[in-house]
Amino acid sequence: MKALVLIRPKAGILDPQGKAVERALPALGFEGVSHVRVGRLVELEADDPDRLDQLCEQLLANPLIEDYEIEVLTGDDDPAGRGAEEAAGMGSDPAAPGRASGGGGGP
Amino acid sequence: MIVGVLQFPGSCDERDALAACERVDEARLVWHAERDLGDVDAVVVPGGFSYGDYLRAGAIARFAPAMEAVAELAAEGRPVLGICNGFQVLCEAGLLPGALLPNAGLRFVCRQVEVEVASAETAFTAGLEPGERLSIPVKHTSGRWFAPADELERIEAAGQVVFRYAPGHNPNGSLADVAGVANEAGNVVGLMPHPEHAVDPLTGSLDGLRLFASLAERASLAPAGS
Repeated sequence: MKALVLIRPKAGILDPQGKAVERALPALGFEGVSHVRVGRLVELEADDPDRLDQLCEQLLANPLIEDYEIEVLTGDDDPAGRGAEEAAGMGSDPAAPGRASGGGGGP
Repeated sequence: MIVGVLQFPGSCDERDALAACERVDEARLVWHAERDLGDVDAVVVPGGFSYGDYLRAGAIARFAPAMEAVAELAAEGRPVLGICNGFQVLCEAGLLPGALLPNAGLRFVCRQVEVEVASAETAFTAGLEPGERLSIPVKHTSGRWFAPADELERIEAAGQVVFRYAPGHNPNGSLADVAGVANEAGNVVGLMPHPEHAVDPLTGSLDGLRLFASLAERASLAPAGS
């Protein structure tokens, strides 16, 4: 099963990366953008989704300074379309565009 | 006393830490895969970029086999000192309170700073006086110590802040100017400044050597493990 883990600095903790991005935006003509915060996205595949919370608490996030959210992906949500790529690599029509249908998310 | 200086893939200050320890007592390097530290009485977790600082500084190093042994040693009350990346590793491992965040200024800072001794009740500061100033260099990108308000209050009340940046010397935006903290028992200490780089007149300051001298003095007074 595929999942996305979104990790970000806890509310109230200064995020200098977000500030730097925010300050750079007006120079590019992007006015009116504020409260920018920069986090981290981890893509993974796990056999046992019930252990994802534990995995986040112990390694992916430091609960003292970071919050995390886990999004379990169904086949149709696969953002990279890798299910389709893998299927193509397995001998199906390599010219077939788009995502594989039905079970395209992989086993 | 034999001081074990940990070496992770990506450590870079282990040789200086080893040399600093050897000025006061015996010392040897400990490879991160060593699970049994054998004859080691005290540990220094040195600076550098263990495991490339992937994910968060110290996040992966804390799972090294040698760190299991360090946790056991710490639980027995033996002295453990984390310097810079070593401090980050000990915080990630839960052996020290708080966490280290990216510097408020986002820049890598490398400069000599003045720190004040806030507690002489630890294995590494017993030979120092509270309020004394030490001149020690810092060099880091993620050195902004942070703890939630209630935990900071508890740490302050328990006297676990060991070093503070002197007024005007906070290089990274650390909460309450904290430069170093100890565990409740005072045998585990971590700090962002590098005492191992201030042990010779050639480096402009000898102040860092006093932390290692405190450790050796303590060892000479008490049998190991007591």
